[in-house]
Formats: sequence, structure tokens, C-alpha cells
Amino acid sequence: MSTHELIFAGLDGDRTWRLEDYVARGGYSALKKIINEKISPEDVIAEVKKSGLRGRGGAGFPTGLKWSFMPRAFPGAKYLACNSDEGEPGTFKDRDILRYNPHSVIEGMTIAAYAMGCERGYNYIHGEIFDVYQRFEEALAEARAAGFLGQNILGTDFGFELFAHHGYGAYICGEETALLESIEGKKGQPRFKPPFPASYGIYGKPTTINNTETFASVPFIINDGGEHFLNLGKPNNGGTKIFSVSGHVGRPGNYEVRLGTPFSELLALAGGVRGGRRLKAVIPGGSSAPVLPADIMMDCTMDYDSISKAGSMLGSGAVIVMDESTCMVKALERLSYFYFEESCGQCTPCREGTGWLYRVVHRIEHGKGRPEDLDLLNSVTANIMGRTICALGDAASMPVQSFVKHFGSEFEYHIEHKQCLVPADVQNEGSKIYVGPTC
Amino acid sequence: MLSQESLARIDVEVAKYPPEQKQSAVMGALRIAQEEKGWLANETIDFVARYLDMAPIAAFEVASFYNMYDIEPVGKHKITVCTNLPCALSGGVHAAEYIKQKLGIDFNETTADGKFTLKEGECMGACGDAPVLLVNNHRMCSWMTPEKIDQMLADLDK
Amino acid sequence: MLEIEIDGKVIQVNDGSTVMDAATQAGSYVPHFCYHKKLSIAANCRMCLVQVEKAPKPLPACATPVTNGMKVWTHSEAAVKAQKGVMEFLLINHPLDCPICDQGGECQLQDLAVGYGDSSSRYQEEKRVVLNKNLGSLVATDMTRCINCTRCVRFTQEIAGEMELGQAFRGEHAEIMPFVEKTVDSELSGNIIDLCPVGALTSKPFRFSARTWEMSRRKSVSPHDSLGSNLIVQVKHDTVKRVLPLENEAINECWLSDKDRFAYEALGSDERLTKPMIRQGGEWQEVDWQTALEFVANGLKSTVREQGAQSVGALLSPHATLEELHLAQKLMRGLGSENIDSRLRQADFSGDASRSGAPWLGMPIAEVASLNRLLVVGSFLRKDHPLLAQRVRQAAKRGLRVSYVGPNAEDWLLPVRNRALVAPGKMLAELAGVVKALSLAVSKPVSGAIADYVAAVAISPAAQAIADDLAAGSSAAVWLGNLAAQHPQAASLQQLAQEIARLVDGRVGIIGEAANSVGAHVVGAVPGAGGRNVADMLDKPLAAYLVLGAEAEFDFADAVKTRTAFEQAGLVVSLGAFRSVAALDYADAMLPIAPFTETAGTFVNCEGRVQSFYGVVKPLGETRPGWKVLRVLGNLLGLDGFDFAKADEVCVEALGGSPEFVSERLGGLVDVPLSSQPAAEGKGFERVADIPLYFADPLVRRAPSLQKTKDAAAPLARMNAATAAASGVADGQLVRLRSAAGVVSLTARVDEAVADGCVRVAGAHQSTAGLGPLSGVISVEGL
Ligand SMILES: Cc1cc2nc3c(=O)[nH]c(=O)nc-3n(C[C@H](O)[C@H](O)[C@H](O)COP(=O)(O)O)c2cc1C
Ligand code: SF4
Ligand code: FES
Repeated sequence: MSTHELIFAGLDGDRTWRLEDYVARGGYSALKKIINEKISPEDVIAEVKKSGLRGRGGAGFPTGLKWSFMPRAFPGAKYLACNSDEGEPGTFKDRDILRYNPHSVIEGMTIAAYAMGCERGYNYIHGEIFDVYQRFEEALAEARAAGFLGQNILGTDFGFELFAHHGYGAYICGEETALLESIEGKKGQPRFKPPFPASYGIYGKPTTINNTETFASVPFIINDGGEHFLNLGKPNNGGTKIFSVSGHVGRPGNYEVRLGTPFSELLALAGGVRGGRRLKAVIPGGSSAPVLPADIMMDCTMDYDSISKAGSMLGSGAVIVMDESTCMVKALERLSYFYFEESCGQCTPCREGTGWLYRVVHRIEHGKGRPEDLDLLNSVTANIMGRTICALGDAASMPVQSFVKHFGSEFEYHIEHKQCLVPADVQNEGSKIYVGPTC
Repeated sequence: MLSQESLARIDVEVAKYPPEQKQSAVMGALRIAQEEKGWLANETIDFVARYLDMAPIAAFEVASFYNMYDIEPVGKHKITVCTNLPCALSGGVHAAEYIKQKLGIDFNETTADGKFTLKEGECMGACGDAPVLLVNNHRMCSWMTPEKIDQMLADLDK
Repeated sequence: MLEIEIDGKVIQVNDGSTVMDAATQAGSYVPHFCYHKKLSIAANCRMCLVQVEKAPKPLPACATPVTNGMKVWTHSEAAVKAQKGVMEFLLINHPLDCPICDQGGECQLQDLAVGYGDSSSRYQEEKRVVLNKNLGSLVATDMTRCINCTRCVRFTQEIAGEMELGQAFRGEHAEIMPFVEKTVDSELSGNIIDLCPVGALTSKPFRFSARTWEMSRRKSVSPHDSLGSNLIVQVKHDTVKRVLPLENEAINECWLSDKDRFAYEALGSDERLTKPMIRQGGEWQEVDWQTALEFVANGLKSTVREQGAQSVGALLSPHATLEELHLAQKLMRGLGSENIDSRLRQADFSGDASRSGAPWLGMPIAEVASLNRLLVVGSFLRKDHPLLAQRVRQAAKRGLRVSYVGPNAEDWLLPVRNRALVAPGKMLAELAGVVKALSLAVSKPVSGAIADYVAAVAISPAAQAIADDLAAGSSAAVWLGNLAAQHPQAASLQQLAQEIARLVDGRVGIIGEAANSVGAHVVGAVPGAGGRNVADMLDKPLAAYLVLGAEAEFDFADAVKTRTAFEQAGLVVSLGAFRSVAALDYADAMLPIAPFTETAGTFVNCEGRVQSFYGVVKPLGETRPGWKVLRVLGNLLGLDGFDFAKADEVCVEALGGSPEFVSERLGGLVDVPLSSQPAAEGKGFERVADIPLYFADPLVRRAPSLQKTKDAAAPLARMNAATAAASGVADGQLVRLRSAAGVVSLTARVDEAVADGCVRVAGAHQSTAGLGPLSGVISVEGL
């Protein structure tokens, strides 16, 4: 039972985010290696492909493959965007990467820009972590001053300009095309795809978007080789992954482990279920991933394939742990409220459907459920899923479907008895202010 | 309309984008304007729009879309508490209740002395630190026990 | 080409087509709300979901590109299931009270709900209520009905050129609104009413006055600007209730300007003249037609007898129908007078001797799309010709580069690449500078006749930039706008415009002021040999005037002079639909003739297209169609050739019975020595007169809702800061403006869109009529 740290390795002290510290930890050696050994952009992409790195933002798309979609011969500007709009409930890893190791992201982006021929990039940082945005600006200034960014990087004719763009409170901007709109100074309403960002991105120019953690992994792949990175995890699930563990555990926090680590080990790392209570359910990949009951979850290993086989998604690696004190109806009500509030409002099924879902769950939670409500929830989610412009419609529906599927009897109890199976005082005890030993 | 200092800061934002894409700086510009004015009145939004050569309604779309912009007046200090599920499991709701009772206001209300406005927030990307809250948009406070909340309110009240 | 199978039908479609395009081509109807062929694709309503082979989920037809070999089902079980699902979502928050909704009966949502909706709602929660917005005097809102398709938002951004509406807030709280407390002021705003698929945006003037099924729909043609937009006029109980666009891709596409759409309100104005009136012994009296026409015929006869045929003349509105213009000129010529003119706001007639054929646009309207260079000379393009400006706007997005020479620089909501902002008096030299620079740029000599003049001018940086830009293009046009046509050196400006077009192998055209500017030329509503033009007829007053459809203080180049001439005349016969207050002073007979909705008629638009229409309602009161009145008058005067039974017969005669008649007569080029006469003389500033779009003709002047718009605001004295400083006035100050003809008082407005040394003072308005000529020198003095 142990972590295996790459991105988080050696982050001790309060100056870990400084360039000096990063270089002392071996930082920017991957970029230097590429420059000194004149590794071609094609070879960089090949190495990333070999590593089995999959996007850490949620969809798990193979990163090397994504990079190869960028039109090589495109004349004019190409863009790179980093998605640090971490706002999926349960996810808080990118914040720590940017807080403690921002140069790993800058180095990863610079390498990516080199590989895809991008001349400009933006890191889109979640509005609520404004202090992190400010720190990132400082890190950018350091990198520019040291010749790792800007024109003539490390004395070559390769140039890359990178800037920070902050969000200001809209979860939807984590969706990659909403993020592009937001960078263009518009409200974050996702674009219909096709065209995909690789052909029509920022200002209509070819653009690649990756998650913070994805970029932060790149230097390690270049330094140690794709093969080595792949072998840290499992086939098709290369490398280490940071899991954000929250909820009813002893030590909520981020844990970087090899992909394929058994869930039980991760749970133990996070201090096990809090207060000796029994595990009830886990959302393994951020709030939009389907919830899994304890017994199914305990049999999973933490990687894309295993979680998918169990009927959920690894997503962003946000593990929300719920113990037996949890009212599943109330839990779903809160999530449904979130999607209702965060729908961008552009497409009909999501704009109208998320409010409907929330209101029905709210009614059930407040003792006004009707016998036909569970069928209604299933039918409304079916009418949303797959019919929206972006995946928020699905993200709002999957929790509803999975909660009803796995904990239907609890919902029925609510409807029938106008109250919860879990006694109020137990619920109260379970949800009170908990400050674990990590802080 | 805005101070020279704010305008200079907005110009720094504008410089991040290609010259013909000034509108990209609208989020930064609105944030800077809000920092100076406390909230975004229509005239302020109008001013920012004109400064960036964009339609005022396009700037209003942005100001009304993103939660952290205040298009209504708020108290001197805005406290936003996350009550989303991961936080709720570790006391987010209890922390919010505690503040409500301390300040005698509900969500979306401002204390009579105009000092505090309380808001319910969505996930801030800090679920491991629950209960978390945001003071005036830019200061995140983690692991907020009743004692720490008392201390925070006292400090802000000074 | 790509092959696609839609609902079992295999068709070929162009590369880049969407499934929606293909479905339209294949004749399959895909339900939709947000999609509109003239707007960008939003794909937000999701109503157009269709089943596509191998796609795991239904795809929106409007946004999905066709791939070769694609198979699509628009009405399969899966497709209809998806469409019904969307319909349910659209209806949960939409009021289901069609009977009290103004859109009832013509609502896309209502129509589709019948096919795709369920009779009972599964949504038991409270419905959303959205506050209404004040968009101005033309568009009413019922925002709770809005389905957020964003068509209106995209229209203002993409077609009207200025984002006046947006979708604010987010999620379920999303609302369509203008910026707080702003209205929608575009001159094309009414189109959002047509675009709104539900009853959220409706016509304010029309609101609740009739149901769509109670009205008949009749075709007509707009009588305002020179485009000739095609109309559907909706009529109930013999009154015009509403005007909608009749789609014509070659002219107005699917749009109308607000002027085309809302001017109908004037048809019911209190100022309508409904009975013939004559003045005898200083007293006005209502008489029957027989008496009135005999009075007029006798008057004309005795004037001709006593003072000769040269003492009578006809001043004809270019908004009149071809039939009216034809009979009026025929009548005048029958009396032996060539004193006939329809160019009432024109000041320079020096081109008449050399001109043959009718001045016209020089190209079909639709070909704007294929231009890549356009030089506009002297125009308030956006307000003078709203839909033509719209075409230019769209072409500019596809690479058309527009340049401008003139004294005004107001925003046309399209990129003007180069602009020579010069006073009217400097336009000739500026344009000559463009010719000079262009001749060098394309290495072609300047034509002999103007070479000397051109050699003597200096090339300004703006002229150089315009020339360079024109030289780099491959398909250019030069247009002379209303301001150029009304300019005191109009013929010389045209001469230079022709030269520019020659140097770049481009086209040259005159946009034309009115619905029948071209038609009037074609049928000879201009002076013939020995005849006097309008300026001449007013400079040296005649004994008798026949005035058709025009008002002395608004429709002429010089209101003061016109008024004086009419007052001095022994006989002024005014034919028109309205009782003009001023005419009560100067006229001797007022004959009520039918506006376009009450008579058959024909207009020839700026591209030379002949468009005939029929009356859609009965003439009001004793109003009669103009052609009938002139026919009877011709007969009473004992003239030959006035026996027409139908308007069509007049039209056939007017157009020589030949389809090529008009096209053979298009031309209008001039060959004049460049004017050595200065455009403005004296001390002071040059007047720049726009004719605001809602003052421009007798109908719009009396349309109440149009009169409440921003565009109908009272004229200001606009000048740039330097001019204001030179005249010692401040923005907002009341100023006295003095011309040779008179004095008026207006509020000053500092406006950098006016050339240095100029004051922009609108014409066609009561408050400015006292200044006399639309051009020339005026002095400014603060009060
Ligand atoms: C509603 C929604 C929210 C999302 N939020 C985030 C986010 O906060 N951070 C992120 O990296 N990706 C997020 N994504 C996924 C992105 O769209 C995108 O797939 C990702 O940034 C690509 O980077 P990757 O390939 O490195 O994972 C979100 C997607 C959706 C549909
Ligand atoms: S699914 Fe929701 S968030 Fe995504 S585009 Fe549609 S309305 Fe916006
Ligand atoms: S018409 Fe295709 S989504 Fe609205």
C-alpha cells in the first residue's frame, strides 16, 4: 500500500512551486533533452503515444492520438489550451498541481507546443482558485525570464507564448469548446462538434486542449521514455494517476498511485472509511460518473478499464466516498441541483431537463414523491442523454440513472414513507464538520 | 469611469491576446472593474464593453453568465460557501448553517450593516479541504471549523 | 458532390452540405426551430434530430455535415422518438394558451406540437415566468413564450450588423434581452418578428388586431426605396392589417426593412385626403370628382390659352407608379409642355444634355455578392437603402472591400476599409484624386476630357488608399448614392465615377432614391427638348403646376423656393393620398389619389426590374387610383390616347409593349466638362443633408410607430468638434442656422462622423425646411 509519485514527487517545503526548486528536482530537463538531442516533433508524439497516456480531464482519450490530429501543414497560428477549470464536484487535483508544481505544466505545454507547432497557448484556470491563477502568472514570468517560454526558447528558433486566462464561476467552461468560447471573451456555451477543435478551435484556428495533469505527465514521459511510463500502469492505462479522495474518509486528499491500484488500497491510503462506519457507495470518477455500491467498488482496481467494466467511469479520478450515514436521495438532490445550476442554457434537453430532474428529486427528498416518479426520472434522463450539444446533459443524467438503479429501494421508501430510511441523527452525525489529520 | 490603475491592469489583460481579439480580455476586465467598484453596475459593464470594442449586451451576457460577477450590489465582504456533495459530506452545509446563524442572514442576503453577503457556491475544486468557503471571490479558506469561522468574521469585521 | 440516402431516396448534394440541406433537397421535412437558412447554425433547439446509420445517437440535421454514402432517416421510429422527447422539453415551460397568444395560428411550435406533442403534460411543476422587455415601438414581447432558439440574437449580430439582443444569464434562467434599458433600434428590426418561431416577439402595431386565418394575403411591392421589396399585404375587412416579406432571393431575400413593413400604418392616417377639394375665392370646399376635374381641366386649359403651354409644368414624385408617371407626362406633352420632372431633390441637371437612358444601379442587386471592391460616393447607405446595405454587409464578410468618398462617416455596421471624409465642396477634387492615383496604379491614361482637371489635383492619402485598394480588386463597382445624386455637382461626380469604373473595368451605377426613380426616366417623366427641369421650373415660377405625390416642404431640393413658386402660381393642382397642411396654403385643387395598396401599378427598381402589383384594398372614401384620375383629366382636356380600361393597358403602352423596353433604356451615363462652379459659396459651413428614412416619403412621415423610433428623432445640427469649436458652440446647445434662404433653430450635436467644415442638417423635416436648399453654405451661431 503506497503512493507512486511523479508529479507530486519531492514536493516538500513551501517553495516547491518556484522555478529554482523545480529545476533542482530535475525540471525542464525533458525540454532541454528535446532541444539538445534535436528530437523531432513526430518522435515526441510517438513517445507520448507509446506511453499509453490517456487524458486526465475526464474522457480518457489517448493523448498521443489527439496530438496527431493537429494539422501539421496548417499555415498560420495554431493554439494550445490547458484545461485547469477543475470544477467537477470531487475533483481537486489540478489545483494542487498548479499550486505546488506549476512548472511541470508549463514544461509539458511547451513540449506539446513544440510537438504540434503551436505558437500560442492559454491555461484556463478555474475562477474560484484565484490565488492559484496568480501564482501561475508568477511561474510564467519565471519561465519567460529563464528562456523556457517566449521567443527563441533555449536559444533556438522555437517560440511559444503562454498566458493564463481565468474563469469566473462556470463549471461548463471545463467542457473544452465552452472553454474556447470563454477564452474568446464570450459566455461559455459549448460548440457543436464537428468541427472539432483540432480544425476549428480558438479564434477558429486549430487547437489542442488537454487537462493540467495530462500536460504535467509529459515531461516524465520524455525523460524516462514512453515505455517506462506505460509500465507504471497497465496496458492501455499507462502511468500514475492522481486520485482526489473526498467524502467520508479519514484523510481526504490527493493520492498519486499507479493506474491499476486496487480501490481498497486507495481507500486505505485515504485513511479508510471515517469513524469506523460501513462503506455505502462510491462515485469513482467525479460527480458525473455513475455511482457504484460498496461491494462492486471494492472489487475494482483504479484504472479506466476496470471502472468502466463495473459500469462507471474513471473520469477525472475524483473518488467521492459515502458511508452508511448518507441519504442517497439527498445526495442525488444536491448533485442534480448542481447540474441544473450549471447548465449553460443553450440546448433544449439540458436547459429544460436538468430543472425537471432536480425538481422531481427535490420533491421526493421533501416527502412529495409520487409512485410514478422513478419511471419519470428514467424517462427524462433517457430523453436528455445523447441529445445535447455537449456531455453535460449526460453528466446530469448518469447520476440520476445510477442512483435510481442501485438505490431504488431507498427512493421508493422516501416516496412511500415521506421520510428517509437513514435516521436524521445518523445523517447529521455523518455530515458534520470533519477536519481530518491531513490539514 | 475606472481608475487609471484599473485601466492599466486591463491593458495587461488585453495584451495577452492577439490585437484583433480584445474581447478575449472581457473576463479579466470585468473582474478588475468589479474589484474597483465592488460590483458591476450597468454603466460599468457598458464602459468595459466600449473599452474593448464589443457590444454592451455581449459584455452583459458574460457578466450574467459567470457566477463570480455580481451584477447586483453586495455587502463589503462576500462569503461563498460550497455546499456541493463532497463538501456536504464533510460539513459544508453545517458550516453554512453556522455562518447564517452568526450573521442572521440566509443565502443571497446581506447583513443590515451592509458588511456581509452570503452566497451558496458550487464546487470550488477544493473538496479535500471541506468545509471550504471563498471570501470576496479571491481568498479561499479551507477546513472551516466554527472557531475558524469566528476568527475569519472577526478579522473581516475589523 | 456527395451521395446521401435520405428516407430511402438517394440524392447528390454539394460538398459542405448539411443533412438539413440534403433533406430540403430531397423534399423531406425535418422539424426545426433554431435553424434558419440565412443565419449561422446554432444547433440548440435539438428539434431536428434524425437517425443516421452507424451513429450511436440521433444527430441534429441542421449541424451534421453530409459524408459520402451516409444514410439518414428523418421519420424513423428512433428519429421521431428523439423529436418527441425534445418537443416535450420545449413545452414544459411554455404556456399552453394558444387561443390568447398573438402568434396563434402561425406558430411553428403550435404546428409541430400537434404532430410531436403529447396531449397531456407529464410536467407537474411550476412553469417559468420571464419578464417582458421593452424593445421599442415596433416589436412587442411575451418573453415567457421564448424557447431560446437565439434566432433573433443571431439576426441582430449577423444580418442587422449590431448585436442588440443577447441571451443573458444561464441555464433555465437564460433570457433573451437587449442591454439593460436599451431598445432594438435597427432599421431592420421587424424581421425578428418573422424569425421568432413562437409568440415571444410580435408586431406591436399589429398586436391582437386580427388572427392570421381571418386575413387574406395579397402580393405587393414596397413603394419606398429603390429596391422594390416584395410584400405580402394582409387584409381584413378591406383594411391593411399587416405587411410581411414575400421572399424574393433576387431582391429582398426573406427580409424587409422596417419602413417596408410598418409604413402601412399611414394608410389609416387622419390626414388621408378622402374627397376632392378645390379652392374658390380663397375658400376650400369638398366637391365631387366631376366638379373637381372640370375645375382642374378648365384651369389648365385657360392657363395654356392665356399664357402658353410653356407656362405649365408637372412635378412628379419618383414614388408614383409607372402608370401615373406615364399618363402625367403624356398629359403634359399633350398640352404642349415639356416641363416635366420627377427628380425633385436633385440640384444639378448639367448632365441632362449628354445623358441617354435611365440612371440605374448598373448591375443586378444579387450580384453584390460577387463583387470584391465597392466604392460608394455620397450616400447614407444604411438608412437610405437598408436592405442593399445588408447585402453589402454580407458580401463584406466574404471579402468585399468597401471604400467611401463623402462628407459623412456614420456607422454602416460593415467594415469601410478606406474613407475620404471630405466636405461636399471637396468631393469632386477628392474623386479626381482617386482617378489620378488609379490611373497610375493600373497604368492607363485618364480620358482626354477630364485629364486636365485631374492633372491639377493633389492625391490625398485617402484617395491613394482607395485607388490602391480598387486596383488590387478584380470585380469592382462604383455607386453614387442619394447624396451624390442631390449634390450640386452631381453630373461631374458621376463623370469621375464613370472614369474610375472604366479604369478598373468595373461597373458604375446610381442607387436611386425612390421606388420608381428608374421607371420615371424610362417613361419620360423628365423634361424633353426645350423643357424645363424642376430647378428651372421653380427658379422662374410657372403659372400652373401639376404636382403628383409630393409635398412642397419635404420632397424638393429647396423647400423655400418650392413653396414660393407654388404660392406665386395661378394654379397648383396637388394629387396625393394626404391632406398636406402646407398644400392648404398653396394649392388650388387637391385630388385624393390612391396609395400603392389601393391601386394597380408598376415600379421599376434600381436594377431595372419591372414589378407590377394590384390594389389589395378598395380606395378609401372617394380616393381614386391616380391613373384613372389622369385618364379622365386627359379626356376632359380633349387629349388623344387616354382611353384605358385597365391599369395593365397603361403599363403596356408605357413600356412600349416590349419586354426589352426597360433594359434597352437603362444607361444614364453622362459626358460633361467637370464643373468649375464651386459646390458652395460664401462664408460659413457647408450643409450636408441626409433625408432620414422615416421622413423620406409621404407615407412613412405619417406612420405613427415608425415616428416613435430613434431614427425618427428630430434633426440635430451635427458637426465635428473642430467645427463646433470654430463656431463656438457646445454639444447640446441650441443654435441658430442661417442660409441664404432662411433661419432655423436646432440643437447642436458634436459628431465626428461629419466632415470638417460641415454641418449635417437633415432635410424633409418641418424643423429644417426653412433653410431652403439641401446643400450650400450655412452659418452657425450659438443661442
Ligand atoms: C461538462 C463538462 C465538464 C468538464 N470539465 C472538465 C474540467 O474541469 N477539467 C478538464 O480537464 N476536463 C473537463 N472536461 C473534459 C474536457 O471536455 C476535455 O475532454 C478535456 O479537457 C480534454 O483533456 P484530456 O484529454 O487531457 O483529458 C469536462 C467535460 C464536460 C462535458
Ligand atoms: S448540454 Fe447543457 S451545458 Fe451542454 S450545451 Fe447543452 S445546455 Fe449547454
Ligand atoms: S434546428 Fe437543428 S438543433 Fe435547432
